[in-house]
Amino acid sequence: MGTPLLTLSGLTKAYPGVVANDDVSFDIQQGEVHALLGENGAGKSTLVKMIYGLVSPDSGKMTLNGAPFVPASPNAARAAGVAMVFQHFSLFDALSVAENVALGMDNPPPQGELATKIRTVSDAYGLPLDPHRTVGDLSAGERQRVEIIRCLLQDPKLLIMDEPTSVLTPQEVEILFKTLRKLSAEGTAILYISHKLEEIRSLCDNATILRLGKKVATCIPAQKTAAELAEMMVGTSLKPPKRAADVSSSEVALHVSGLNLPPAQAFGTSLRDITLTLHKGEVLGIGGVAGNGQDELLAALSGERLCAAEQVRLNGKPVGNLGPTARRRLGLLAAPEERLGHAAVPDMSLTENALLTGVTRQAFAKGGWINWAAAKGYAERIIHQFDVRTPGPHVAARALSGGNLQKFVIGREVLQAPHVLVVNQPTWGVDASAAAAIRQALLDLAAEGAAIVCISQDLDELMEISDRFAALNEGRLTQARPAAGLTIEEIGLMMGGAHGMEAAHV
Amino acid sequence: MFKIEKRPIPSGKWNWGAPVVAVLLTMVFGGALFAVLGVNPFLALEKIFYEPLFGEYAFYYRPQLMVKAAPLILIAIGLSLGFRAGIWNIGAEGQYIIGALCGAGLALALYPMELFILLPLMVIAGAIGGALWGLIPAVLKVRFGTNEILVSLMLVYVAEQLLASMALGLMKNPEGMGFPGSRNLQQYPSAHNAEIISGTGMHWGVVAALIAVIFAYIVLSRHMFGFSLRMSGMAPRAARFAGVNPTRMVLICMGISGGLAGMAGLFEIAGPAGQVSIDFNVGYGFTAIIVAFLGRLNPIGILLAGVLMALTYIGGEITQSQMGLPLAAIQVFQGMLLFFLLAMDLLTNYRFRPTAKEAA
Repeated sequence: MGTPLLTLSGLTKAYPGVVANDDVSFDIQQGEVHALLGENGAGKSTLVKMIYGLVSPDSGKMTLNGAPFVPASPNAARAAGVAMVFQHFSLFDALSVAENVALGMDNPPPQGELATKIRTVSDAYGLPLDPHRTVGDLSAGERQRVEIIRCLLQDPKLLIMDEPTSVLTPQEVEILFKTLRKLSAEGTAILYISHKLEEIRSLCDNATILRLGKKVATCIPAQKTAAELAEMMVGTSLKPPKRAADVSSSEVALHVSGLNLPPAQAFGTSLRDITLTLHKGEVLGIGGVAGNGQDELLAALSGERLCAAEQVRLNGKPVGNLGPTARRRLGLLAAPEERLGHAAVPDMSLTENALLTGVTRQAFAKGGWINWAAAKGYAERIIHQFDVRTPGPHVAARALSGGNLQKFVIGREVLQAPHVLVVNQPTWGVDASAAAAIRQALLDLAAEGAAIVCISQDLDELMEISDRFAALNEGRLTQARPAAGLTIEEIGLMMGGAHGMEAAHV
Repeated sequence: MFKIEKRPIPSGKWNWGAPVVAVLLTMVFGGALFAVLGVNPFLALEKIFYEPLFGEYAFYYRPQLMVKAAPLILIAIGLSLGFRAGIWNIGAEGQYIIGALCGAGLALALYPMELFILLPLMVIAGAIGGALWGLIPAVLKVRFGTNEILVSLMLVYVAEQLLASMALGLMKNPEGMGFPGSRNLQQYPSAHNAEIISGTGMHWGVVAALIAVIFAYIVLSRHMFGFSLRMSGMAPRAARFAGVNPTRMVLICMGISGGLAGMAGLFEIAGPAGQVSIDFNVGYGFTAIIVAFLGRLNPIGILLAGVLMALTYIGGEITQSQMGLPLAAIQVFQGMLLFFLLAMDLLTNYRFRPTAKEAA
């Protein structure tokens, strides 16, 4: 190999409170398909944003074809031959394919000429696409082709693809892979971001694995098993579980059976045949890579999405067709992942946010008339018991730091004495001491007999608090297994898509 | 250079300061506009803001102020509920027309029967008519995902055509010697929305507007419905999580705003306007949008904004008749008010920070 196409050396980028990339270095050769692999929050996005000129690194250097590469903007990056296909498309539904392509170009040729070019490129790379169709009528896969063709028309040397298969059907994935292989054979390098291990093993020549902003390894993915890749991705620093209480004999608190739900919005994940049983006093940890149905599962349990009554049973009572308020009344509470805008209203005060879910079980409203003094008292109780650092309950939720707001959100549910509490990413973006406090609160709640579903991408956390562990993968939930004694390899496999242990020997 | 950054919490000072600054800026730029049109700006502003209240003929203008402000306030209160929930009813003008037609239609159908409860029945008919007209975009939105802004707006033009057809056809005065327009309800005692106290401009629509202000204020600050409404507007996902049914919210908000607009139309047609005529509607439904925002979507604010806006209407008429300012000039003036308000609004949630020069 001659000079690498792109070299990164010592790239570092810090945001307040978190180092997104810490001294990351690797090379991409011409025509190479290079995977960038890592969990959510591992720093993949920040890294490609630096290459694409959206973010400038704090320190470190890049070279492109041996020359220093300091893109000040995506325009500069494009001019230098770097193109990127984003996970979320930026297309205008009402315009045609050709018009959309023209909008993304710096000097678009006339429409007729452009349509011919689009046809040529789409034929050459096996990306069937009619330039005159309206984008609004296209499938997700076809829309992605528009984006790819837009990039290819600029003749890129390096094509960055951010989780390109998350919105595709298996057939569309096949087409995409053929295109990418062809591009690579012609000398275009591809930086392929994903956390889907099998894809990477079949497509990519090399893989760089990031964890917590640091490069963990560069390897040839075809020579590793999915489990080995997963292990590198999530780390081996797992602590043994502290809890080994056997609660399987106690009463069932929550039972979900055969739950199927189509996605609520485009790019969502369908839930497929979810079945789980949760006993009183038990903590069920649900792992899995982001975007595999975590939000959807929480919505189905909280009552934001409804299903057939018997599909969700709370203490034996069918509740699947009940909305959030009715479920709360029965003792099924939830704390969603997104603090601002989902768990809490950013522009409302903490008192108002305490009312938001507290009103049902705490009787803050008689005949609909709000007792503000009681709501304020409850907010103060949460602030006091969960050590929320804030001047007072009159402060808007958005003024709180992530950790403090999270303590407030969790506290709001815990103090309502739920029978079942479902939390999603309870300690995401929360500092270590607050995270420990939140986990302790969950464990205390379980000790009092409540059942807890903890959906999280933090495996350390799940191992620390769970009695049993299951993983979400493309909307399917694996069977729950006792957390004690699970090896990292087994967890990796549960997350990685091999259903059942027979597939362990890849 | 300056950088615009989000405030950690909304500025309470600017929340109320913005409308005041917007009014002042409107005076400055509106004055400049008047000057360019060859009119003494100070005199024009005096005629708009001072003369109707304290001028020589204030005894005539003050009742007018109430007559103009009442429908604006009544409609704006309804709209503000929807706007707070993120539901954009732009078609109050149409709901106003339909409300008027329903109420007036009832009266015309019963003419000349004298019935003690006719006016209350008309009010109810007007409210129902307006509500149903408002529910059309609502139902289309929740069933088919159409955009309520577009549909409600387009229905205004449908309503206008309907009004013209009624004035020229079905509701035309049979004793009107062929002139377009219905019988004059002012001459039908049971149906006439007369002044409660003569010479004050105080008719039942004014009373309804004041009740709506008080009611909205209490519901927004003390009732779960108001709380759900505010949540829906500020964070729809959180509202859903809290248990608010978004479909129901759309239907209720469009129904209420349509109903209040319809009621306003009825009070107008049974009172100050008197008859179903082609040009019965004068844009209250659209101006009420400005009033709602000028009043910060706050009931008390809307009350003040409605009076202010009525002032510009009356002042505009004075400048038109006495100074020869074109109607368009006063409309631009009103438009400026909304424009500056929205611009100033930025300062409630954002602030300007000088940026240090840095080598990106």
